[in-house]
Amino acid sequence: MTPIPAPPIAWNALLPILVLAGTAMLVLLADLLPPRESKQHLGALALAGIIAALVIALVRWGTDVCGFRDMVRLDGYALFFDIVIAYAAALVVLLSMDYLRRRGAESGEYYALVLFAACGMMLLASAGDLIIVFLGIELMSLSLYVLAGLFKSRRQSSEASMKYFLLGVFASAFLLYGIALLFGAAGSTNFERVAAAAARNPHDTLLLIGVALLLVGFGFKISSVPFHMWAPDVYEGAPTSVTALIATGSKAAAFAALIRFLTTALRPLQPDWTALLWILAALSMTVGNVVAIAQTNLKRMLAYSSIAHVGYMLVGLVAGGPQGTSAILFYLFAYVFTTAGTFGVLTLCERTGGTPEPDGDGAVDVREYAGLGRRSPALAFALTFFLLSLVGIPPLAGFFGKFYLFGAAVRAGYVWLAVIAVLNSAVAAYYYLRVVVYMYMREPEGAAATLAPSFAGGLALAIAFIGIVLLGVMPAPFVELAQVAVAPLLR
Amino acid sequence: MTVPDAWYLGLSAVLFAIGIVGVIVRRNPLVIFMSIELALNAANLALVTFGARLGSPDGQALVFFVMAVAAAEVGVGLAIIVVIFRSRHRLSVDDLSLMRW
Repeated sequence: MTPIPAPPIAWNALLPILVLAGTAMLVLLADLLPPRESKQHLGALALAGIIAALVIALVRWGTDVCGFRDMVRLDGYALFFDIVIAYAAALVVLLSMDYLRRRGAESGEYYALVLFAACGMMLLASAGDLIIVFLGIELMSLSLYVLAGLFKSRRQSSEASMKYFLLGVFASAFLLYGIALLFGAAGSTNFERVAAAAARNPHDTLLLIGVALLLVGFGFKISSVPFHMWAPDVYEGAPTSVTALIATGSKAAAFAALIRFLTTALRPLQPDWTALLWILAALSMTVGNVVAIAQTNLKRMLAYSSIAHVGYMLVGLVAGGPQGTSAILFYLFAYVFTTAGTFGVLTLCERTGGTPEPDGDGAVDVREYAGLGRRSPALAFALTFFLLSLVGIPPLAGFFGKFYLFGAAVRAGYVWLAVIAVLNSAVAAYYYLRVVVYMYMREPEGAAATLAPSFAGGLALAIAFIGIVLLGVMPAPFVELAQVAVAPLLR
Repeated sequence: MTVPDAWYLGLSAVLFAIGIVGVIVRRNPLVIFMSIELALNAANLALVTFGARLGSPDGQALVFFVMAVAAAEVGVGLAIIVVIFRSRHRLSVDDLSLMRW
C-alpha cells in the first residue's frame, strides 16, 4: 500500500488568525469557570489575544507567505489590514467592558464572538481565493448577526439582528452564485487563475454575469448605495459597541477583499469596473450625505455618514494605481480610529439610569447632547475632534485621508468625481457641526447627569484620539506603509 | 440517457431566480429564509455542474464548504427568528418597523 503524503500546511500564513481563534476558544472555556458575577477578566483575556495578533502582524511586516494551495496569502497588504482590524477589535473590546456591565448584558460569548468576527475579517484580508472570501465573509457576518441581537429584551436590537441577517444572507447568496459562475468561466476560484481567464477572454458572458453578482454581494457588505438599506437600521438597533465594530472592522475587511479581488483577479476588466464604481461612488456620497442631514438620531446619522465615507473610498478605487489604492488604505486606517472614537463617546453617553426598558434607546438623540460641553468637557472635547476629523478639517487624520483620495482622483483624470466628492464633504460639515453646536451652545433640557468614563473606556478614547492626531500631524510614514502594502497587488 | 450540462445550469438559474423572487415577495421570515437557502443550493448545483464539465473535483469540494456554512446560517437564523417571535408573538417582516428612515 502506498502511503498518502500529507499536504504541506503553512501555519505561518494563518498565524494572527489562529491566535485570535485560540483566544476565542479560551474565552469560551474561561466563561465556565468562576468568578461568575463579573466578566471583566474575559474582556482582558480577549484584549490580550488581540494584542498578541497585533504584535505578530507588526513583527512579520515585510514577509510574504502563501499557503493552502495559494488560497491564503499573508503579505504586506494582509498584514496592513490585520493591524487595522486588530486596532478596531481592541478599541471595541475596551469600549464594551464598561458599556455591557452598565446595560446588564455582560457575557463571555460577547468577547468570543468579537474575536471570531475579527478572525473572519483577517481571513478576508488574506484571501487569495474566492472560496476564502466567502468563508471569511460568513465567519465575520454570522458573528455580527448574533452580536447585533445581543440585547435580547430590547425589541430594536432583535429587529436589527433580523434585518441584518436576512439581508446579509441574501447578499451572500448573490456572492456565492457569482463565485459559482466565475468558477465555471475561469475553471478555478483562485484570483490569479481568474485573472488569466479574464485576460484570455475579457467579455465572456458567464464571467461578466458572475462579476456583476459578486459586486452586488460586496456592495451589501461595504453598504454602498444602492445596497445600503440595511445599514441605518442595523446601526441604530445594534448595541453601540457592536455598531462600532460593524462600522470599522467589517467595512475595512470587506474593502480589503474587494480591493484585492478587483486589482488582481479582475485587472483585465479594469475599464469596465471603473465605470461602474464611478457611478456607485457618486451615488453613495450624495445619498449618504443628503439623507444624513435629516437625521436626529446620532447612530442613524453616523450610519448614513458611513455610507458617504464608502463613497469617498470608492473614489480611490476608481482612481486606481498605487496612489489611489494606497490612499484607500490610509483612509481606512484613519477612519477606524475616528469612527471607533465617535461611537466610543456615544457608548459612554448612553443613558444608564433606571431599568432598561424594552423599547427605550440610549441617549442617541442629538438633543440629549445639549450642554455636554459643560457637563463633561473631556468627552465633548473628544467628540468634537472626532467629528472634525470626519468632516476633514486639517490637521486631523480625516483631512489627509480625503486629500490623498481626491488628489489621486484628480491626478488620474477623474476631475468631476473629485468635484462631487469635495462638494459632498462641504454638505457633510453641516450635520457633523450641528452636534458640536448642540454640545457647546445649547442648554440641556432637564437635569442631565454628569458622565465619568471608566478606565477602559477612557483608554480606548485616548488611543483613538492619539491615532487621529498622529495620522494627521505626520501622515507621511503611514502613507509610505500603505504604499508598501499595495505594491504586491499592482505588480 | 445523458442530460446536457446546459440543462443543469438552466435548472440552477431557475432555482436561483425562484429564491430571489421568494425573498422579495414573501412576508414570513421563515419562508424568506427558505428562499435564500434555495438560492444557495442553486449555486451548489451550478458548482457541481461546472466541476463535472471541467472534470475537476474542485466544484464538489466547494459545495461541502457551502453546505457547512449554510448549516451555520440556519442555526443563527432560526435563533434570531425565535427571539423575534417571543417578543411579538407574530411572524411577519411587516412588523419589523420600529426603525425607518
